[in-house]
Amino acid sequence: MSEAFGLPEILAAIIVLSLNAYVLTGGADFGGGVWDLLARGPRRAAQRALIASQIGPIWEANHVWIILVVVLLFTAFPAAFAALGIVLHIPLSLMLIGIVLRGSSFVFRSYGAHDDATQQRWGRVFAMASVITPILLGVVVGAIASGAAGAAADRLTAGRNVSFVSEYVAPWLSPFPLAMGALALAMFAFLAAVYLALATDDAALREDFRRRALGAEAAMFVAAFGGLAVAHVTAPHVSGALTGSRSVAFQGATALAAIAALWSVWTRRWLTARLAAALQVSLILWGWVLVQYPFVVPPTLTIRATAAPRTTLELLIGALAAGALILVPALIYLFRTFAAVRR
Amino acid sequence: MTDLLAARTQMAVSLGFHIVFAELGIALPLLMVLAEWRWRRTGERAYYDLARRWAKGTAVLFAVGAVSGTVLSFELGLLWPGFMRHAGPLIGMPFSLEGFAFFLEAIFIGVYLYGWERVSPRAHLAAGIVVAVSGAASALFVVLVNAWMNTPVGFTVDAAGAFVNIDPVKAMRSPAAFQQVLHMLLASYAATGMAVAGVHAWMLLRGAAPAFHRRALMLALSVGVPAAVAQPLSGDLSARVVAETQPVKLAALEGQWETERGAPLRIGGWPDASREETRWALEIPRGLSLLAFHDPNAEVRGLRSVPPEDRPPVRIVHVGFQTMVGLGSAMALVALWAAWVAWRRRDLSSDRRLLRALVIVAPFGFLATEAGWVVTEVGRQPWVVQGFMRTAHAVTPMPGLVVPMVTFTALYVGLGIVVVALVASLVRETSGAHA
Repeated sequence: MSEAFGLPEILAAIIVLSLNAYVLTGGADFGGGVWDLLARGPRRAAQRALIASQIGPIWEANHVWIILVVVLLFTAFPAAFAALGIVLHIPLSLMLIGIVLRGSSFVFRSYGAHDDATQQRWGRVFAMASVITPILLGVVVGAIASGAAGAAADRLTAGRNVSFVSEYVAPWLSPFPLAMGALALAMFAFLAAVYLALATDDAALREDFRRRALGAEAAMFVAAFGGLAVAHVTAPHVSGALTGSRSVAFQGATALAAIAALWSVWTRRWLTARLAAALQVSLILWGWVLVQYPFVVPPTLTIRATAAPRTTLELLIGALAAGALILVPALIYLFRTFAAVRR
Repeated sequence: MTDLLAARTQMAVSLGFHIVFAELGIALPLLMVLAEWRWRRTGERAYYDLARRWAKGTAVLFAVGAVSGTVLSFELGLLWPGFMRHAGPLIGMPFSLEGFAFFLEAIFIGVYLYGWERVSPRAHLAAGIVVAVSGAASALFVVLVNAWMNTPVGFTVDAAGAFVNIDPVKAMRSPAAFQQVLHMLLASYAATGMAVAGVHAWMLLRGAAPAFHRRALMLALSVGVPAAVAQPLSGDLSARVVAETQPVKLAALEGQWETERGAPLRIGGWPDASREETRWALEIPRGLSLLAFHDPNAEVRGLRSVPPEDRPPVRIVHVGFQTMVGLGSAMALVALWAAWVAWRRRDLSSDRRLLRALVIVAPFGFLATEAGWVVTEVGRQPWVVQGFMRTAHAVTPMPGLVVPMVTFTALYVGLGIVVVALVASLVRETSGAHA
């Protein structure tokens, strides 16, 4: 395996693609929950009804992407998965609680008693969990990207367990990961607002979500540049990499996509807005990947060092190819079936 | 409580919670599809309502099953990083295939639940069939992993303790694979079918909407009865594989301390690890040798053949096994009784004694599943990979594991209460609509 881009890199790319799919679909479902929480004004009930109708048929399928990410990670890069499971135990557990409460409360609200008290109770749980889960997902990514999670894992491997806080809390409960949590939340809310504006014929409702999309895009700028500023102080190698020659062109493309998204939302070109928003968010994700390549968990665990044996990787590629043959048409069928309501 | 015990408890609670929803998620879609198929064939409104009701139940139970399954996939790393670091490349294949099966399930459950007016009748029924089939496929792939943990194959261990020369395909075809998958699938259909039958038997006893509940009862029994009757046979098959591949587990199941020829079968009894004997059991001479090896004089290995630190907690395993067999047998007998009544062409729904028996055994399938899961998991201890990796070497180094254990237990207790209340209200609603 001497080639620069071999099986391990292909599998790493597939994992990022799956995460990308999760962000664009499952992420937007969480963003819908954010707007449920922030539903305001005379069309409050209509906003919530639109969100529920958009999430209902597809959230479970969208959710499977994150399971695929986890399964592929532990199959193809087991050492990286083990390291992350150890040092990020707390934020991952909190994220799981959010995932459990979001999904359960959504069906409890949909299928439970229709009285206002029950509806409101589960609605509130659904909305709160939809806010907390993306923040924790962002925190986890931030802890990995900053290298703090990897450094803690390396210390544990070397038998230098400094303290509980330094190994299991500090790597994620610090400014940069928290800024990434805010960025993830804003990204998901932005995607949801753009999708929702396209999904309704009601002009007033569209305007509601247009304003929300613009607000979320502004929040994304604040979180992204806030994160960069924080990184400049606490994790200079990250900010250095982000502004370094390797990624500067990439950051330029992200900025262009952001401008396109902003312009199309501003001028109410909803289909363009949806594409530009998805592109912008995807480029942010791949920007992170580019910065930390070739590491799965920086600063030491590389793609090559943590990759499973070749047999496993070959079988996995075969299974993924066969699975995709079934999965892709099925997903297209699902989204088309409900496209009439998702216009 | 040690961190290891806390981690094991959290895993047991997570699996014990998820397994109920997994079983329902496998078998309830089948019932829902059968009801819709009957409706399309006969045009009877009751079948349509039944399909809609069972679909509602499926929607709630599937969602809770999906999120609790997500928790499990993460917990493999959160609690057992040592296991995953070594075993991930070997058992990742079935997990990946399970991911695709689960994808199909989630996609087509969306089509089924929200597509009644959006897709053609044929496509709708087909979507339901895909949900039912991919649910069973998910179970198959996940149980392959557990079977490998019980009877690991497809690798060698190097000097450093790493698994090398791995063969993930061979790992999927471990000796316990077929029997365990069969046992789990039958358990799903038996537990769900008989539980649903019990619910509708209860409504019939209360005199609620007889035409509706009679149809529901018959459909539920058509799934539950064959599975419940076949399950003891599949159990016999499983026990024989355990006898061959995990002799210490078999000894723990039976409370067998001495290695002996013509070992007796113990019914009941209370294993005492300090005295190394099982007291107060009803012993059937040569029964165990006969059942486990189909030879009354076969030698059965006892627990004393391994040092105490290599023995599972015998009392839990033995009592769990007795509980599973007892509950499963009771359920199989009631199922046979129902089959007999139906075969004689009598009306099941007016046989009040049978209906009462069906109500009593309604929870037995799920209880037997929990007991059986305890048997297979606790019975493998102290190993996570039988004979190769100890559970103590797999656990995360993070201290304070009692905190997440208590947190997730509380979360699942709360969710369990809500789900039971919600399903009960769905059942009441149904009766109201057909009164």
